[in-house]
Amino acid sequence: MAVEKKAAANGAANKKTVLVTGAAGALAKRVIARLHGRYNVVAVDFRRKVETDAGIPSYKVEMEKRGFEDIFLNHKIDAVLHIGRIFAHESSRDRRYNANVLGAKKLFELCKKYGVGQVLIHSTYYVYGASAYNPALLDESHPLKASEVTMDLVDSVELESLANIYLWKHPELHITILRPCNVLGPGVRNSMSLLLSHTFTPVLLGFSPMMQFLHVDDMADALVLAFEQNKPGIYNVAPDDYIPYQRAVEECGCRKFPIPGIPPMVPKLMSSLLNWGAFFPPYLINYFKYPVILDGRLFNETFGWKPKRNLNDIFTYYRKTKLSSS
Amino acid sequence: MQIQEVLSLLKNFNAKEELLQRLVTPEIEALVAKIPKPVGSFGFDAWGYNEDSFKVGIAVFKLLYDHYFRVQVHGLEHIPKNGRVLIVPNHSGQLPMDGVLIGIATATNPKGPRAARAMIERFFPTVPWLGNLLNSWGGVIGDPVNCVKMLEAEEAIIVFPEGVRGSGKLYKDRYKLQRFGNGFMHLAMNQHTPIVPCGVVGCEETMPAIANLAPLAKLLGVPYVPVVPAPFPLPAKVILNFGEPMHFAPVRTEEEVTTRVEQVKTEIQRLINKGLQERTSIY
Repeated sequence: MAVEKKAAANGAANKKTVLVTGAAGALAKRVIARLHGRYNVVAVDFRRKVETDAGIPSYKVEMEKRGFEDIFLNHKIDAVLHIGRIFAHESSRDRRYNANVLGAKKLFELCKKYGVGQVLIHSTYYVYGASAYNPALLDESHPLKASEVTMDLVDSVELESLANIYLWKHPELHITILRPCNVLGPGVRNSMSLLLSHTFTPVLLGFSPMMQFLHVDDMADALVLAFEQNKPGIYNVAPDDYIPYQRAVEECGCRKFPIPGIPPMVPKLMSSLLNWGAFFPPYLINYFKYPVILDGRLFNETFGWKPKRNLNDIFTYYRKTKLSSS
Repeated sequence: MQIQEVLSLLKNFNAKEELLQRLVTPEIEALVAKIPKPVGSFGFDAWGYNEDSFKVGIAVFKLLYDHYFRVQVHGLEHIPKNGRVLIVPNHSGQLPMDGVLIGIATATNPKGPRAARAMIERFFPTVPWLGNLLNSWGGVIGDPVNCVKMLEAEEAIIVFPEGVRGSGKLYKDRYKLQRFGNGFMHLAMNQHTPIVPCGVVGCEETMPAIANLAPLAKLLGVPYVPVVPAPFPLPAKVILNFGEPMHFAPVRTEEEVTTRVEQVKTEIQRLINKGLQERTSIY
């Protein structure tokens, strides 16, 4: 009741309240900026208490911990945009599993308990798994084979299957799962973005798989669109433009650091020995060898979305930052 | 003074570009420009096809096509100028030279060039450089998902329904069609795609195999290891005969599908016989 009174006092009673996780990340920051004003935004992150604009409450909280429920008690949450996840290079496998899978389970349960009407899950194209036998333009119904490739992506796949269970068991949660391709741009700290920020970038000799890239601003638009139109389901988010990895490396102004691609043990061993965990981790080697190309038509047609920035716009940022630092 | 001139000339000399300019003639440029094939902002499609690589591929293999195999081709007018199509030929000659030659014939078709996609074996992507190279020329692993998506994108696809049964057969079985898989017919029916049958004559003689070292093939994990007179394709004269497009409406039972596959097979056999009659000398 106290919360409602406060909200009414702010003149925000009619606005929906949206909880955004991973608020410290580049994508969530952009999403929050787009939602701010039209919605009451609550920002949470497990890393730190994020500095936010006036009127946006911010919390440092871990989803799998008990304190997380307090947020649902203090705010009448209408929708959750679950963007924040621990990347593989940020923590150990166990802790990541706890945070990403058990944390998500906790999140779904809380959403059920507190009558949250909409949940958006930010997944990744990694769930499809990179394999030599992959056809191109994978549909959303393609089997998720990442756990076949590596144990380190099990949490990503399990988060999705968990979301799927809640998707059909609790239709009132209106769950939407987005599987974006590589998201790049200013401030993005995923492995691909870190990799393309390097001057010397590892490439596998004789392997240059096709890739798709999306500007973080376009991804933020896509997230907001999916949230506002509320059409539950699973969607790939990817442009219909493609480029081989090694060409992307050149276009970003990186110099290639070639390492042998076969036998498969060699690049994995080199990555471990040289401590490349953050940007070229051993478990992602296959993604630099074989393609995972998404068919993004379902999302485009359902939400009437089209990325505004092309590949060159995306790569220009990485080229420019290298020029300015040298 | 002269040395300086030579040096300044050398400075501007780029071996790769020089070679490319000689290989990729304006005629090839003009042909590729006419091909109705959408590509992304860097000239690639989803499967890794690249316009520039495709031009180089055509340039290199056009030389073999014209001067080594001296390909004689009939019925190019049967290949639609645009829109989805399955080109279904017989398969022979150990190496997929027949696929390459049909690819060149369609890409240099004066009546409307196409970038026909060939289905490649599943192990190719695991081979460094070669996998990417074949992709950039239009080769794609033979997965039904790939075929459906490419037909939806109105592409031309070359399918060998005999598979390795055809390419790996011995010389004594030449021009005997092997068992056809039914997959291509399902694709044609479900995706409303015309089938252009093609009879290839001559590729059998490029690598006449007298035996297959099956145990060695098993050991190496390859489909076959043939015993052949030379480790490269012999310069046999090749004759390609494209037939009229065949249209098939969907049917219910697999038995009916097989009957239709037999129709295509009969037509291909007819085109092969036609080619054999046209042939005046093997090499």
